[in-house]
Amino acid sequence: MPTETTKSIFWQGARDGAPFILVLIPFSTLFGVVATEAGLNILEALTFSVAVLAGAAQFTALQLLSDGAPTTIAIISALAVNLRMALYSASLTPYLGAAPLWQRALAAYFTVDQTYASSILKFADNSHWTLRQRLSYFFGVATPICPMWFLFTVIGALVGASVPDGLALDFAIPITFLALIAPMLRTSAHLAAALVSVIVALISAGLPYNLGLLAAGVAGMMAGAQIEVLTKRRAAISAPGKLL
Amino acid sequence: MALWTVIVLLGLGSFALRFIFLGLVGNHPLPPWLLRHLRYTAVAVLPGLVAPLVLWPAETGGTPDISRLLAAFVTLAVGLASRSVLPAILCGGATLYAGLYIFG
Repeated sequence: MPTETTKSIFWQGARDGAPFILVLIPFSTLFGVVATEAGLNILEALTFSVAVLAGAAQFTALQLLSDGAPTTIAIISALAVNLRMALYSASLTPYLGAAPLWQRALAAYFTVDQTYASSILKFADNSHWTLRQRLSYFFGVATPICPMWFLFTVIGALVGASVPDGLALDFAIPITFLALIAPMLRTSAHLAAALVSVIVALISAGLPYNLGLLAAGVAGMMAGAQIEVLTKRRAAISAPGKLL
Repeated sequence: MALWTVIVLLGLGSFALRFIFLGLVGNHPLPPWLLRHLRYTAVAVLPGLVAPLVLWPAETGGTPDISRLLAAFVTLAVGLASRSVLPAILCGGATLYAGLYIFG
């Protein structure tokens, strides 16, 4: 077995993170463009990306703000989109929880879909890694990803100012969201959550303060959780030997 | 002003969500019913956000628009088939522009 130094593990993380750049560049550029269209200047767009560092939540807040939704609704909706980060945080805790507070805070800031997904896979495969090695890997994955997110937000904002009208950029956000949603529809529970959300959102579209979206989110979550329980129960009945 | 309020509070809130377990809760397990609901947050919020935008785009004054409907359909179909985000965005965008070119 080749000896693994903490440094080599950092670079292993950076290598694993690098391919994500291909996906992040168009996504963050699009955010910069759409932000400019919504009236944000370059500094505002960049601060948005640095402060939030989560594509879907950034697009959600931006869309609601340009729709004239109340600030509170924009924040709550975007945070709801970001709730999965709390799950990532919970799932990383057994591996990184022993680190000093400032390192945990830094790791928390850099917890995004890509750093989480890569790390949790590696941590499970390499149970012999020390805490320092795990942290090195985690920050290794973040190193190529996060600066690119910021850089291409700025580039998108620069380009956005020169994008002519009539390019139908109003529809850039719906397309982005649909593209994000489709791969999430893995199980019947996910599908049910999405369908219930759509139905409730359309029925309650007339509610003030975009409250319809909150209703849709809550109803969708309940639908997903219910179907998950039912599916497991049915699986337990058809295969009684198996535990849940 | 509303923009900066959103940036600051959303930034703090997002950090809090990421920090809550790693930083504060430690290894205490969450109740299963809560985890079960949290698993579906993204897939419950995003479709509800996008559905009215697809059916009643503000750009057309709220009337359904064939190009946008087609683009939405293609994006979803490609996303379901390919299980990845980027091809879906590209095909959806291409459909939108083709639709706008054909139907005006």
